[in-house]
Amino acid sequence: MTTPDEVLDCLGQRCPLPVIALARRLPELPVGAVIRVLADDPAAAVDIPAWCRMRNQEFLGAAPAPGPAYDVRRVR
Amino acid sequence: MIPSPVYLDAATAAPLHPVARQALLAALDDGWADPARLYWAARRARQLLDAAREATAETLGVRPDELSFTPSGTSAAHTAVLGGLLGRRRTGGALVHSTIEHSAVLHAAEHHVARGGTAVEVPVDRLGRLDLTAWSTAVAGPGVALAALIAASHEVGTVQPVEAAATACADAGVPLYVDAAQVVGRVPVPAGWSVLTASARKWGGPPGVGLLVVRKGTRWESPWPADERESGRTPGTLNLPAVVAAAASLRAAAADAAAQAARLSPLVDRIRTRVAAEVPDVEVVGDPERRLPHLVTFSCLYVDGEALLHALDRRGFAVSSGSSCTSSTLRPSHVLEAMGVLSHGNVRVSLHSGSTEADVDRFLAELPQIVADLRAQAGVVGL
Repeated sequence: MTTPDEVLDCLGQRCPLPVIALARRLPELPVGAVIRVLADDPAAAVDIPAWCRMRNQEFLGAAPAPGPAYDVRRVR
Repeated sequence: MIPSPVYLDAATAAPLHPVARQALLAALDDGWADPARLYWAARRARQLLDAAREATAETLGVRPDELSFTPSGTSAAHTAVLGGLLGRRRTGGALVHSTIEHSAVLHAAEHHVARGGTAVEVPVDRLGRLDLTAWSTAVAGPGVALAALIAASHEVGTVQPVEAAATACADAGVPLYVDAAQVVGRVPVPAGWSVLTASARKWGGPPGVGLLVVRKGTRWESPWPADERESGRTPGTLNLPAVVAAAASLRAAAADAAAQAARLSPLVDRIRTRVAAEVPDVEVVGDPERRLPHLVTFSCLYVDGEALLHALDRRGFAVSSGSSCTSSTLRPSHVLEAMGVLSHGNVRVSLHSGSTEADVDRFLAELPQIVADLRAQAGVVGL
C-alpha cells in the first residue's frame, strides 16, 4: 500500500469543502506525491474520485482503516 | 426587480393540469360518497371510480381489473415490491434491483432485508445505464422472488433497457416490477413487466394518487392487512375526487405526450449543451441520447448544492438537487453515487407542459453568473 507524503485532515467538513481543500493543496506538492484526505462526509467517497477524473489526477482508492480516507497522487 | 417564477421541478411534481383541476372540482360535488355502498350517492361515486379506472387502464394498455389506485406513488412502490416478494416467498426471499431505484423501492428492499430477506443490487455505468450482464446473472440466481427496475432514472433521466431486462427475467421465470413514475403520461411504457407503478403528481395529476398494476397470472399477494377495496391490493378508502382528477389528467397528458416530448427534448439538449459550454467545471450527467425528454442533471465543481438552490430560488428558479447538503440525511444521492459522478453542486432541471423556451433561455442566461458568484464568495476561483 502507499504511504502518503501528506495527510489533509477534512474530518467534520461538509461537501464540497474536502474537495476544495484537496484542489488547493495538491498543486503545491511535487508531481508524484501522494496526499491522503481524511474526510467523513459521505459525499467525499463520490466526489474525490470524480474530482480526480475531471482534473486528470490519479485516485488511488480509499485508504485502509482507520478511514474514511482517500489517497490521491499528483500526476500532472 | 422581483424575478418571475420559473418552475423547473416537474420530476418531483408537475403543476396541476387544467383538466385535473376541472375534474377535481366536479368530483368534489359528485364523488364524496363511498363507492362500495348501496344508495344513490354511492352509485354515482362508483360510476366515477369505474370510469376513472377504465380510462386509466386504457391509457396504460392494461385490463381495468389489473389496476388499483393507491394513496401515493410511494405506497404503490412499497406495495408492488412487498407484494411481489410475498407472492413468491415459496420460491425464495431474494429481491434483485438496480442501484438507481427510487428511494421508495430501496426502502421497501431494506424493510424486506430487515425481516430476513435478501437483496441483490445490480450496478449501472457512468451514464446511469443498467449493467445487463450483471442483471441477467442476478435474476438467474437461486431463490429470486422478484426483480425491480426503474423505467427511467428520476434523477438523471437515463432510460433503462427494460425490455432486455424483462427478457432476462422471463428466461429465469422471475416477475419484473417496473417503477414507471417518470414515463407514464410522457413516453410509451415499455413492455415485459408483471407489476408496474406510477404517481399522478408526476404527470400533472393531484398529489396523493398512485397507480399499481398487477398483470393477470402474476404471483402477487397484498402485504397489508385484508381490505376488500381495490381488488384487495391496497387498503383504505380512496380519495375519489383526486383519483378522478388523476385519470382525467393522465388521458390528457398521454394524448399530448408525443408533442410535448418533441418540444421539450430539444430544450433539454439546449440545456445540456449550453451548461457544458458556458459554466466552467461542470459535469452534465446521464445518457445524452437514451434519456427522458424533460429532465437533465448537472453538477458544478466546488459549489455547495444548497447554496446553489437558494441562489436560484432568489432568481425565481425552482429546481431540485441530489447533493448531500440538500438532503435530510446529509447523504449524496444514491443515484449519483452509483454512477460515480460528482455529487456536490448538483442541479436537476425537469420541464413540463407549461415550460417555455423563454423560461429555459432565462435560466441559461442567469446560471453562469450565479455559479460564478458562488465560486467567488467561496474563494474557489482558479482551483
